[in-house]
Amino acid sequence: MTITDNGFSATRRLILQGAATVVLVGLGNLPFSLAPAFAAANDKYPEEAFKQKNEADAIKLLYGKTAEASDKVKLDAPEIAENGAVVPVSVSTTLADVTSISFLVSENPNALVASYKLPSGTVPTVANRIKMAKTSNVIVIVEAGGKLYSATKEVKVTVGGCGG
Amino acid sequence: MASTIRVRATLSGETTEVQALIQHPMDSGFVKDAKGEIIPPHFIQQLTFEYDGKSVFVADWGGGVSKDPYVKFSFKGGKKGDDLKISWVDNKGATDTTTAKIQ
Repeated sequence: MTITDNGFSATRRLILQGAATVVLVGLGNLPFSLAPAFAAANDKYPEEAFKQKNEADAIKLLYGKTAEASDKVKLDAPEIAENGAVVPVSVSTTLADVTSISFLVSENPNALVASYKLPSGTVPTVANRIKMAKTSNVIVIVEAGGKLYSATKEVKVTVGGCGG
Repeated sequence: MASTIRVRATLSGETTEVQALIQHPMDSGFVKDAKGEIIPPHFIQQLTFEYDGKSVFVADWGGGVSKDPYVKFSFKGGKKGDDLKISWVDNKGATDTTTAKIQ
């Protein structure tokens, strides 16, 4: 009797071990299968990039490369914004193959404000309204043909848009 | 409930110009209220414009976008009378969707 019992429990242990291994392997694989998906999926919200305090970190997280200033990127923003809560900014560019346009404000608590994805056929011109905590550089990043181009303009803010 | 999204899409020549105005508080999570308490973050994270089953414009937003956000863009290939589908989702998981006819 005891032998059969042992036999049973041994089998049971094997099955359990097997199940545990499957679970472990499954969990181990998860990060690997997620990582490429995260990098490839352009439509995913870039949560971490929006949490960055300075613009360089946000750009690095968003695009994984650095931008060069270009006079082909035209950033239109006011010299002086009376109300930092609503600052109209727009960008247009003569660059071809634009895939993404992002707006950043250096002095905001989180530098990245907005990031737009432009499929082919969409004109590389975007206008929106952003908040500015105080006088700061507004930076626009244009991704064109896999490279990053930027334009910067200082906007003076008389009343900040982040309360206080 | 009336839609939070107001859209105007106008065709001129080959390009369709789209202007959208959305009602949303867009609280960044950095502002304090009158009592000195922080207003928790509440903002639209993603706004998508779809035409003919394909997205023509995707906006990823942080709390730095102004209250009642406005955005303008243009795309090629739209036709008069066709539908443009607009939808957003915020950081609390709320969503809204509407369609607008291209004029």
